[in-house]
Amino acid sequence: MSDILAGRRRPAGLAYAAVDLAVRFSPVLVLAVFWEFLGLSGIVSQQMLPGLMEIFAAFVDMLVNGDLLYNTARSVSRAAAGLGAAVVVGVVVGLMMAQFRAARLLVNPIVQIFYPMPKSALIPVVMIWLGLGDSSKILLIFLGCLLPVVVGTYNGARGVNPFLLWSASSLGASRLDVLHEVVLPAAMPDILNGCRTALAFSFILMVSSEFVIATDGVGFMISSLGDGGQYPAMFAAIFFVAGIGFAADRIYAMLARHMLRWREA
Amino acid sequence: MAGAQPLARAPTSPTQKAPVPPAPRTLSPRMVDIGVQVAVVAALAGLWEFGARFGALNPFLLPPLSVVLGRIWEDLIAGTVLVDLGLTLYRALAGFAIGAVIGIPLGILMARSALVRWFFDPLVSIGFPMPKIAFLPIFILWFDIYDTSKIIMVAFSCFFPIVAATYAGCSSLDKWPIWSARSFGAKERDLLWEVYLPMAMPQIITGLQVALPVGMITTIVTEMLMGGRGVGGAMIMAGRFADSVGVFAGIVQIIILGFVVVKSLEIVRRRILVWHPESRR
Repeated sequence: MSDILAGRRRPAGLAYAAVDLAVRFSPVLVLAVFWEFLGLSGIVSQQMLPGLMEIFAAFVDMLVNGDLLYNTARSVSRAAAGLGAAVVVGVVVGLMMAQFRAARLLVNPIVQIFYPMPKSALIPVVMIWLGLGDSSKILLIFLGCLLPVVVGTYNGARGVNPFLLWSASSLGASRLDVLHEVVLPAAMPDILNGCRTALAFSFILMVSSEFVIATDGVGFMISSLGDGGQYPAMFAAIFFVAGIGFAADRIYAMLARHMLRWREA
Repeated sequence: MAGAQPLARAPTSPTQKAPVPPAPRTLSPRMVDIGVQVAVVAALAGLWEFGARFGALNPFLLPPLSVVLGRIWEDLIAGTVLVDLGLTLYRALAGFAIGAVIGIPLGILMARSALVRWFFDPLVSIGFPMPKIAFLPIFILWFDIYDTSKIIMVAFSCFFPIVAATYAGCSSLDKWPIWSARSFGAKERDLLWEVYLPMAMPQIITGLQVALPVGMITTIVTEMLMGGRGVGGAMIMAGRFADSVGVFAGIVQIIILGFVVVKSLEIVRRRILVWHPESRR
């Protein structure tokens, strides 16, 4: 996304960065003020739109008594396990597809069939297969994150400049060397893009699976707070989850930029 | 393509090509590829069928494909399949349409007006990577548990990919066609319809292509979470009653539905972008 202050040379400095951020995200403040105004003026009932201070108080409450951190840790650990497995398997399968026609012909129809299929539809299936424990949710997240990684890796590995491959081979690189030294780095931007999609999917599946089947985790927490009518706490938990999802994506994007710093921008 | 000339003559100069004999009729590599892939799908279906029938797998965990298809057929005759598919499609398309009707104009405005950009750019960049399904309980609280909250949830998830793609497509436009249109005396209104939109069209359609599956996914998840029939609702009911055949019937329906929707979008894209270089293979 564009930077409003782009075009102006930016002096370095934390204070300036803070001001810059504040200016950039001032619309969020505008929304917050609007939110408070709606609640306080009585246009919308307090039940539907609890005040921000109330939400914040509920948030601090949950933070102090450890509920929030415990459930977040449970959720995020499941998401990380599923996503990690999906990245490893997905990169290997994608590279195989790009290298061998047989692998491509075998895997491509499977990808074509399952890519458009909402992985959330598998929630009842993993429930039947693995019950209500952690393993069912990890499997679901793994399946949901697998295809974006496979497709990203395949597209990246397929688009490698053939001259690079020929040069590497002519300089005596084995097929495995070429894969590791040439194809993988060249495909890295696409792989990282696929993983970014997978990261977003992992959060969506984490939350939605916990809404349906769970005994713990942030999704479970949100739905039980909603059922119990504790709306300020529910809003706090929702904003918290959305915030984590946003932060994870931002951190990932920064890491990806760092990994690709060897490329000519 | 150099077609074979009617009179085959020896080339009179080194630059003139010798006539090319017509290629013998063989299967094109593309046909072979398609054939092999269809065979793989058939093999998968066969594997499912026989693995479930004669394998060590408990039929409860994986009912045979024929049983699942039989169930879909029964429900089709009973009319429930069409009702569920119709409801799911209606919710998905209604939400998708709302997302597009708000997202495309907003994306164009963000690219054209600094004030709109200042306000919406941070909101879109915050909203885009959020797991939006987490907001579902808020929509349920505000709009009750019937279709309205489902459709709004779908519109909310479809909105972000559409607005981001439109904005990206409209803000990176080539200057030359715009200048030449202006120099030919085009008004700003004509520019929008004649230049900006056609030029940004591939990007906008890409956004729509991302958003529609997102909308389908969101619809099915909301049906699973809130009930209210539809394919997702029927599946979760089947799951609660330990009716695994019903669950897999839902999966097969969703696979077919998703495949049809994605493929038809590709066809629509080719139709709309007939004039675009990307269509010239």
